[in-house]
Amino acid sequence: MANKPKGVLVDLTRCIGCRGCQVACKQWNQRGAKPTVMYGNFTNPPHLNSECYTNIRYIEQDQPVTPVWSFIKNQCMHCKNPACASACPVGALKKTPEGPVVYDFYRCIGCRYCMIACPFEIPKYEWEKTLPAIQKCTFCSERVANGLIPACVKVCPTQTMYFDDHEKVMAEAEKRLKENPGKYINHIYGKEEAGGTSWVYLSAQPFEDIGFNTKIPAVELPSLTWASLAKIPYAVVGGAVVLSAIAYFRNRGSREEGGQSDTRKEG
Amino acid sequence: MENRKTVPFFTGGTFILLALMAIGAYAAIYRFAYGLGASTNLQDNFPWGLWVAFDVLSGVALAAGGFTVTAGVYIFNMKKYKPIARPAVLTAFIGYLMVIVGLVIDIGKPLSFWHPLFMWNYHSIMFEVVWCITLYTTVLALEFSSVFFEKWQRKGALKVMKGLTFPLVIAGVILSYLHQSSLGAFYLITPAKLHPIWYSPILPQLFYLSAIALGLAMVTFESAVSARVFSREPEKEIIAGLGRGTSIALLIYLVVKIVDLFTRGAMPMVFQGSAASNAFLIEIVGGVILPMVLLSMRSIRESLNGTLFAASIVIAGVVFNRFNVTFFTQTSSGASYFPTWKEFAITVGLVSLAIFLYRLAVRYLPVFHTGEVKTEH
Repeated sequence: MANKPKGVLVDLTRCIGCRGCQVACKQWNQRGAKPTVMYGNFTNPPHLNSECYTNIRYIEQDQPVTPVWSFIKNQCMHCKNPACASACPVGALKKTPEGPVVYDFYRCIGCRYCMIACPFEIPKYEWEKTLPAIQKCTFCSERVANGLIPACVKVCPTQTMYFDDHEKVMAEAEKRLKENPGKYINHIYGKEEAGGTSWVYLSAQPFEDIGFNTKIPAVELPSLTWASLAKIPYAVVGGAVVLSAIAYFRNRGSREEGGQSDTRKEG
Repeated sequence: MENRKTVPFFTGGTFILLALMAIGAYAAIYRFAYGLGASTNLQDNFPWGLWVAFDVLSGVALAAGGFTVTAGVYIFNMKKYKPIARPAVLTAFIGYLMVIVGLVIDIGKPLSFWHPLFMWNYHSIMFEVVWCITLYTTVLALEFSSVFFEKWQRKGALKVMKGLTFPLVIAGVILSYLHQSSLGAFYLITPAKLHPIWYSPILPQLFYLSAIALGLAMVTFESAVSARVFSREPEKEIIAGLGRGTSIALLIYLVVKIVDLFTRGAMPMVFQGSAASNAFLIEIVGGVILPMVLLSMRSIRESLNGTLFAASIVIAGVVFNRFNVTFFTQTSSGASYFPTWKEFAITVGLVSLAIFLYRLAVRYLPVFHTGEVKTEH
């Protein structure tokens, strides 16, 4: 039972933007603070960073009669087949059977390919340190491994997040869509994006309008690079055979050419 | 006709190189002491900057002359180019050493640089690239070792290396295909980020084809420059032949690129007038079409200045391509980046170190052995 992959459904219609999850996350993961700036928006800090695994994005949309506010819980999506883990040359990022994508500082070399590879731009770096680590949401992997629920889910006063086995989470999302026609946009964000993610979202507003990247294709991203890597054995064997053959036929009869004494035509 | 050994090693240019290397060394020490944040403008939304785009991606492509020339000389038996095989291998060897130094400076935990050799994730393009670069640098070191054996008159060792020529060249060509293309495959995993003008399922092949053109252009450039610097009679036939090869390689690259743009339906984007489309047009028109046309003309190929100019813009064009791919992967979310002077200083320092090592090698080692043949006459 413990090994069944877990998931979380974030029902954005329930979020009131209290940021309790941000605080709980910092407490459980012992994250410090970083200087922040006011820039005409309530999102704070404006972006995730190495000390901030999750934040709430505040989006105000001008609509007839009254503006509409959306509060978006933002953290690692914990892809089923994560691009970051496939990109990492040393296996410092790994998908655990329980669902969390976790990081091993000792293995990491700091190439930052995970940051390039992640379609959700989640891994952040400790730029200010001499020996920096990648930092990102851990899905509270130690808590989950011990049968607890993630800190942010635990603290949420409106049950915005529903944590359970991933299959149950997906069933719940489908159920809410079906039972509340017109309440949500008819899309579960994370069901297909990047081949599916452990965290999925329901929203009343179109996802592209509230800062979600809707251009992410519905394929497991590692399959794109694996297509190239899987050809290597053939390239090596084929290359060796073809090149040897060419070398043999092109060089027939010219083996007697001696040492380093080149006879070059005078220019 | 002068003997190259009469050219003094310490010229004004050498001191400029040494000064640039010293500034680069200072910046490198600063980077190791205070970290990436203090020394670079890299940020969370722009994690790959000048060093990845130039020192690594462009550096590897710039060193592609090693495998193209050795393949031509040994596998295709194009004897005419034998005199430039050694300089090409030397350039490649120095180039890869610089790439490795650049990588170690760029990664966040420099002392862990060896991890990919022991902690395997064979699903990672980066893992494959690290292995290929390591193996290919070893191949280049072995290929170049015969120059030392020749200098020290180690007949036995020379004979062994001669026997290894073909296996080494073939290994080098295969390894080069693997990692030159894999530098493009880095970006296969970013379909939602890299601008669609560049994002293509055949990115690996495009990187490989452009690396061949760039490798040939580099060797052309180098042959023309060293002919001038060492006051040797320029090997007109070789340089013209290399220019023609570069032109053909550019044509193949261009055709594949255009077919790719059409099949993906990305052609309309080329003329959008956006920053990306303008950058792309500069890259293709200035770095591919123009030099291709120039080098297809006999009069240009036979003029040293014409060849030098054409080769230079090929080099600039492919380097610009590597920058574009790296940068337009990261600007999708509105990020911007410009390197600090320390980032520039390290890159410039590495280039200076490469030129310095190259000069050192051709001054004291039998690299241009045809030059010696010439002085004996």
